[in-house]
Amino acid sequence: MAAPRASLHLVARVWNGGTRGIRGPSRVLAPEGNQKEGRSLLRFLADRFHDVEVLRDYLLRKQVMKVNQKNRFQGKEWIRPNQRGHFSLDFLKLQAVPVEAVDASGCAINYQGLDSLLALKELQSLWLQHCPHVDDWCLSRLHPLASSLQELSLAGCPRISERGLACLHHLWNLRRLDISDLPAVSNPGLTRILVEEMLPNCEVLGADWAQGLKLGPEEQSRDPASPMPA
Amino acid sequence: MLRSALLLGLGRGPLGRGLSTHRGGSTLDWERKVSEIKKKIQSILPGGAWDPLYNTSYLPPEHADVVIVGGGVLGLSVAYWLKKLEKPRGAIRVLVVERDHTYSRASTVLSVGGIRQQFSVPENVQLSLFSVDFLRNINEYLAVVDDPPLDIQFNPSGYLLLASEKGAAIMENNVKVQRQEGAKVCLMSPEQLRNKFPWINTEGVALASYGMEQEGWFDPWCLLQGLRRKVQSMGVLFCQGEVTRFVSSSHHMETMSGEEVNLKRIHEVHVKIDQSLEYQPVECAIVINAAGAWSGQVAELAGIGKGPPGTLQGTKLPVELRKRYVYLWHCPQGPGLETPFVIDPSGTYFRREGLGQNYLGGCSPTEEEEPDPGNLEVDHDFFQDKVWPTLAQRVPAFESLKVRSAWAGYYDYNTFDQNGVVGPHPLVLNMYFATGFSGHGLQQAPAVGRAVAEMVLEGHFKTINLSSFLFSRFYLGEKVQERNII
Repeated sequence: MAAPRASLHLVARVWNGGTRGIRGPSRVLAPEGNQKEGRSLLRFLADRFHDVEVLRDYLLRKQVMKVNQKNRFQGKEWIRPNQRGHFSLDFLKLQAVPVEAVDASGCAINYQGLDSLLALKELQSLWLQHCPHVDDWCLSRLHPLASSLQELSLAGCPRISERGLACLHHLWNLRRLDISDLPAVSNPGLTRILVEEMLPNCEVLGADWAQGLKLGPEEQSRDPASPMPA
Repeated sequence: MLRSALLLGLGRGPLGRGLSTHRGGSTLDWERKVSEIKKKIQSILPGGAWDPLYNTSYLPPEHADVVIVGGGVLGLSVAYWLKKLEKPRGAIRVLVVERDHTYSRASTVLSVGGIRQQFSVPENVQLSLFSVDFLRNINEYLAVVDDPPLDIQFNPSGYLLLASEKGAAIMENNVKVQRQEGAKVCLMSPEQLRNKFPWINTEGVALASYGMEQEGWFDPWCLLQGLRRKVQSMGVLFCQGEVTRFVSSSHHMETMSGEEVNLKRIHEVHVKIDQSLEYQPVECAIVINAAGAWSGQVAELAGIGKGPPGTLQGTKLPVELRKRYVYLWHCPQGPGLETPFVIDPSGTYFRREGLGQNYLGGCSPTEEEEPDPGNLEVDHDFFQDKVWPTLAQRVPAFESLKVRSAWAGYYDYNTFDQNGVVGPHPLVLNMYFATGFSGHGLQQAPAVGRAVAEMVLEGHFKTINLSSFLFSRFYLGEKVQERNII
C-alpha cells in the first residue's frame, strides 16, 4: 500500500475566544502555508492555521508522524493502541475549541477510521481529497454530520462511484460539494446532473456536464443549436 | 505387483535407453519425467481417480466427507466457511453438487439483490449485519492469488419501509429490536418523509423506517462468482449432476421417555449426471441441503416426512417453490439518485437501477394469486393489475412509465413461518439444512454459511445463535414469524 502524500494536516479555524463547550482537542503547531479565503470575520481574526487532532487518543502519535513527515495511517490503527487518554499540556489549552474543519486529504483513512470524524458534531468543512481508501461505504457513514456539514470535497478519490454519491442526500446543509476527478464514476457528466438535482441548495463542482457527450462526425461542423435529424 | 509395474514403467522409460545419451549432453528432462511417473503411480493407488478404460473426469469422486446439494450462494457459502474453519487445513473433502452450472433458474442470480437489517426477528438482524460486514470486506475474505478484486457494486442507499396505521406499532417495535442489535434505522413521520423525498405520496402512511447505513443492494452474480472462484481455490470439488437417491441405514432407538424413534444415517448420495442415466454413488459423512427452492424434494428423498402426520417422522420440510416476478421499467420523471429501496405497506417494492431513470420492482402475490411455479414465464398482466396501481398511488410520477423487461425467479418459500431452516434434522442425523429463507437468503448467506459450518464442525452455533431456526420447530409448532417479508 503506497504511503499517502508527505504530510497530513487536519486543519481547523479556531474561534477567537469562543468556547462552545468541550469538543475535540486541538493542538498548535507550526503554521501551514495554505491560506483560503476567509469565511467570516471571526475566522479572519485567526491568522494562522492550526493542525488539530481529532481524538485525544492519537494526538501524540500524530505529533511524531508529523515531525517525521511519514504518515502511514490505517484508520483502524488509530483507535486501538493509545488507550491512555492523556496528552501533552498544549492540548489542554485548546481543548474547548470545537473543530470546524478537517482536511484529511491524502490520508489513508478508511471505514473504521471515520468514527473519529463522526464524533465532531460541529464539523463544517471536510476535505477528503485523494484518499485512497475512502469508498462508497465510507460515504454512507457521513449522515451524522448532516446538521453541520457545509462543505465536502471528494476530489480524486479512486474508489468513490456514483453509488456512494447517492447517499450524500442526507447532508441537507451541504453548500459546496467537490466531486471532480473521480475515476470510478462511470458517467461523470450525468452523475453531476443527478447530484445537482438531488442537492438543490448545493453548489456542485465537478465534471463538466458535457464531458460524456460526443459530437457525431457530421455534426461537429454544424451549429450545435440546430435540431438533430430524426 | 505394484513394484513390478513400477519397474516396468521405469524400464520402458529413459533409463531403458541406457547410458549412451549422457555423453551427448542431457536432453532428458529428468525432473519432469519423475513427476509424471509419480502422478501415474498415485492414480493407480487406491483413492486416486484413475480409470484405465474410460474418462471419468466428469464424475464426482467416490468418497467425500461433506456433500452439499445445491451450488447457489448458500451452498457455496457453507462450502467456503467449512474450508475456512476446518482444522487442520485440508482435512475435509467437500463436494458441491449443482444441477445447472449456468444457474439459469437459481434464485441467487434472479434476485433483486437487496440487503437490509430491517427485520422483526433479532437473529435475522444479526445475520444481516454480519453479511453486510462480509460484503464490505469481500476482498479480504474472498481474495484469490493473482485474480482481480471483486466489485459487488454496492449501492448504500438504504431501505425505506412504509407502514399504515395498523402496522405503525409493530414497526416501532421492530425498529427498537433492530436498534438494539446495532442496525442504524430511523423512524420518520409522514411530514419528514415529504421533506426528504418530495416524490412520495404519503397518503395512508403513518410511519416510515429508513435504514441509514449498511443497507442497499448489490450484484448477486458477482458474489456468486467470487464465492465460486474462492471455493475452488480452497480445494472444494464441483460436480454437475442431480442428487437422485440417498442410501441410508436406520436404527431403532428409544428416547429417555421410552418412545421409539427411527434414527437414520445417510451413507451414500447417488449423483446422476445430466442427460444421462449414469450415476455415481458418493460415500459421504454429512449431507447439506442447500438446494433452495427444491430443498423440499431433496428432503423427501432422504425420507423426511415419510411417516404418520403429526409425528416427528411425518413432519415434512415445508419449503416450496414460489414464483415471483420482477419488472424493470423506465420513468423519465421518476425519483432521482437518492431513491432508497422503497417497500409499500401493500407489499409492492421498487428500487432505482442505474443512472438512466430505470427502476426495478414487483410485488408478492397473495396466497390465492400464487402463480404456477412450473415454469419461469412472466405474467405481464400481473404488473398492470396489481403492481402498477399501487406504484402510481405511492409515487405519482410512476403514473407514466414504460416496462422495459421482466423476469421471474423462485423463492425457497418456507410455508411455516417464512424464515430459514438451519441445522441438523433430529432424525436423519447427518443431514443439515441451509434453506427456506423465503426471499432473504441472498442477504443472509454469508452468515448462515458460517453458522452451518460451525454446527457441522463444532456441534453448536458459536457466533450467532440460530437455535430458533432448527428443524424441530416444525414439529413443535413454534413459529418464528418474520413480519417484514416482501
